[in-house]
Amino acid sequence: MSPSSVLSLSNLDFAYHRALQPVLRNLSLEIPAGAVTAILGPNGGGKTTLLRVMLGVISPQAGAVLLEGRPLRSYSRREVGRRLGLVPQAEHIPFSLSVMEYVLLGRSPYLGMLEMPGEADFRIASEALAELDLLALSDRPVTELSGGEQQMVMLARALTQQSRILLLDEPTSHLDLSNKGRILHVLRSLADRGVTVVFTTHDPEAAIAVAGHLILVREGRTLAGGPLGQVLTPDNLRATYGVPVRIEHLADRPVVLLEAPPR
Amino acid sequence: MSPPKRPTRLLATLAVALLVTLGLSVFIGRYPSPYWMPPGRLQADELARQLVWSLRVPRLLTALMLGMTLSAAGMVMQMVFRNPLVEPGFLGVTHGAAFGAALCILWLRPNPVAIELAATVFGLVGMLLSYSFARRIHFGGWVLRLVLAGIAVSALFSSGTGILKYLADPLTQLPEITFWLLGGLWSVTWHDLVFVLPLVLPALVVIYLMRWRLNLLSLSDDTAFSLGSAPGRERAVLLGAAVVATAALTAVCGVIGWVGLIVPHIARRACGSNAQYALPTAMLVGGIFVVVCDDLARALLPGEIPLGILTALFGAAIFIALLTRATLRARP
Repeated sequence: MSPSSVLSLSNLDFAYHRALQPVLRNLSLEIPAGAVTAILGPNGGGKTTLLRVMLGVISPQAGAVLLEGRPLRSYSRREVGRRLGLVPQAEHIPFSLSVMEYVLLGRSPYLGMLEMPGEADFRIASEALAELDLLALSDRPVTELSGGEQQMVMLARALTQQSRILLLDEPTSHLDLSNKGRILHVLRSLADRGVTVVFTTHDPEAAIAVAGHLILVREGRTLAGGPLGQVLTPDNLRATYGVPVRIEHLADRPVVLLEAPPR
Repeated sequence: MSPPKRPTRLLATLAVALLVTLGLSVFIGRYPSPYWMPPGRLQADELARQLVWSLRVPRLLTALMLGMTLSAAGMVMQMVFRNPLVEPGFLGVTHGAAFGAALCILWLRPNPVAIELAATVFGLVGMLLSYSFARRIHFGGWVLRLVLAGIAVSALFSSGTGILKYLADPLTQLPEITFWLLGGLWSVTWHDLVFVLPLVLPALVVIYLMRWRLNLLSLSDDTAFSLGSAPGRERAVLLGAAVVATAALTAVCGVIGWVGLIVPHIARRACGSNAQYALPTAMLVGGIFVVVCDDLARALLPGEIPLGILTALFGAAIFIALLTRATLRARP
């Protein structure tokens, strides 16, 4: 494990059931502290499962998960909650909590089993909403938000959690261009403040736009991992997606293009 | 920007309404004359005093417990199962308890304590069966598995009850089983209340104190987990409390439907979905609802009307009214 990595996974094997195909196969990766790391790979490649292993929701059948150098399993649930936040791809919320009530749930790792959020928690939640420019939504029911708004509100809930590591599952997949831009901007500014950001995506563009560190995953294996500039090569992407790609540079930014089949 | 609104006034109003309802209900009944006993009578009439103290007061308190418990348990089940159409009898508890009571009436001694014990035990057996079946199902999420197991176990027990009704002596045993299945508080004494309280009070206290966590548990497992909760364990504690309290009260009161389904909806309508406030609202509304229904059951006709019929009647009417309003936010 390199000294600067906050989350280190080594030789993980995981299957949801003995009779089923393994989802992760001898997978190893390192998440560097204070950077934005994109986990890029095709749909169904085990990215969401990987996040669930990082959180400790599921335990791998083999291999080790180290959080800040200690085995993940040696932390209590609340300790993990203060270190790791999650923004899932989508969330079905069956009851119409208001946006503020929902965002306040981010304080639960700091509250005892019988405690309710107080004035200080409310201030932290308000700050998170203000940072994402969502204060106007505070009293709206979460069930009535648009997909983009809901994504932003889930992010506000995770910010309220004040965790040092933030995991996001496909944060840009359902968003229009402007919301996508906002999310990516927030991720970058979080990393500037020292938060370690990890997000999965199947879209190379989102990874290029904001990640400093790139990990390529296919069929439950890591194909490559390291600084974006080194990992983002046509050969690596071809191996990841199974189609020929070309990388061009446009205004100093790499752009991934599919090799067009001959017309 | 202000903190989330606290519905203090709503809760205070409901609390006062509940106390007034309880106070008035002491004088509602069929003695000395239908519907109403003049309060002065309590001083003048020794029999009235005895009747109120040894029958009506424990009955009222049981109705109060029943309403609060079914409503709180309903809200717990709906939020823990993330489904607004679930009710406390859901995990095989009610049907298990009914089967236990029928069994006891038929083959054991039909004395009240034995019936209560059998109903409580079988209510818990119903839940344990549902739980252990759910663990053996190898597909679907935890909620789906419990739902399926609960439906199957309930069906098993209710068919068992059907067989027992078929076998029962139509003159002596069947009416008792039927009346128990329809539910009612006509036979409740201090003794029953003492039997129920040690199970019900701790359960209600646990649910009340953990009510904010219910919001957390109504999110997906992964999200609840990421927020430092152990969703499985916390759900088990809350469900256990809800089921034990429901089983104990079902044992005394018989099968009372609809309260646990409908009252949480009314509470959420009145003060929003945040369980921190919706739960106490539901408990107060449930208390008022059942006490009033029981007043009607006791006073309306010369003979007792089974309470379960009245709660179902009013519950279903309110449910239809809520469903046909466009603003209902129940998304199963």
